[in-house]
Amino acid sequence: MNGALEVVRHSPLTGIFLTLLAYRLAIALNRRCHGHPLTNTVLVGVLLVMLALWATGMQYQQYMEGARFIHLLLGPATVALAVPLYDNLHHLKRNAPALLIALVVGGIAGILSGAALGMLFGLPRPILLSILPRSATTPIAMGIAEQIGGIPSVAAACVIVTGIVGAALFGPLRQSLRRLDDLTLGFATGIAAHGVGTARALQLSETAGAFAGLAMGLNGLFTAVLVPLICSILRL
Amino acid sequence: MLNALIWLLGCQLAGEAVARVLSLPVPGPVLGMLLLFLILCARRSIPDDLRATVPGLLRHLSMLFIPAGVGVMLWRSLLAPFAWSLLLVVVMATLVTWLAAAATLHWLGRPVRGRSS
Repeated sequence: MNGALEVVRHSPLTGIFLTLLAYRLAIALNRRCHGHPLTNTVLVGVLLVMLALWATGMQYQQYMEGARFIHLLLGPATVALAVPLYDNLHHLKRNAPALLIALVVGGIAGILSGAALGMLFGLPRPILLSILPRSATTPIAMGIAEQIGGIPSVAAACVIVTGIVGAALFGPLRQSLRRLDDLTLGFATGIAAHGVGTARALQLSETAGAFAGLAMGLNGLFTAVLVPLICSILRL
Repeated sequence: MLNALIWLLGCQLAGEAVARVLSLPVPGPVLGMLLLFLILCARRSIPDDLRATVPGLLRHLSMLFIPAGVGVMLWRSLLAPFAWSLLLVVVMATLVTWLAAAATLHWLGRPVRGRSS
């Protein structure tokens, strides 16, 4: 019996299976709760996997033996966002100037709001610096955090939490701001909550997902340039 | 499926290579997305295989973030002392960012655009 358990625990398939199962259960819960924001599939999926690891005494590294294959798919999936974006080329052409201005305003608001609120709540300096690049994707945010004197791992955690928060806010914001179209909803979500937000926007429509993906890419680039600049201007 | 994977992985690898060579602070997959977008614009159509495979890959994009999310538990001792204030800051700052981008776009652009029910 113990031997069987050891085999399961050490197989790379376990990490994959656990992720699929947690995600499947998260979808079921989300449907049962009529898409309540706190039943966001990434949030519930992550918590279920954590619970399973805790209950079985499995280490994170053991889990990642298999789960890294799922993580690896993020790359090709990001590239694939070019397809819905191309399908929305006519929207992109017509709205290009507005999108660029929204990128600049949203990107700056993202960094300044993090700095102001972080100071208000008295976060220690290394933590404060680590939340500034949180709207970029993980590799960008970790690189920036290191460059400006933050902590890369804290930055990575903030990125994920930001994504989940943004994805959870998507439903309520869409409900309460009925005048916003799919393009606006998607683009704002991509600016504020990168890939996790993009995944949520894709559930609404291809247009929302396409512009979330575009915003994610552009804001990653913009954040990488802007955070060090704002830090030196504000002497953070 | 096969051709689609060759397209996607090829663009990602090219993106990774360009990012490294030009030492850009952008992840390879994001450059790969840009590259594939430019290729699609140049050939003015989406290859059938890509058209057939991509929706399946993107339908469960949320799932692909679960392993990275579980990774947050590695830093729990580092984050625990500030967990609540950090969470509050992230929630409010994300809301501000979202509203700033959405409001700008809403006020600037008024051509008729679709909204799915």
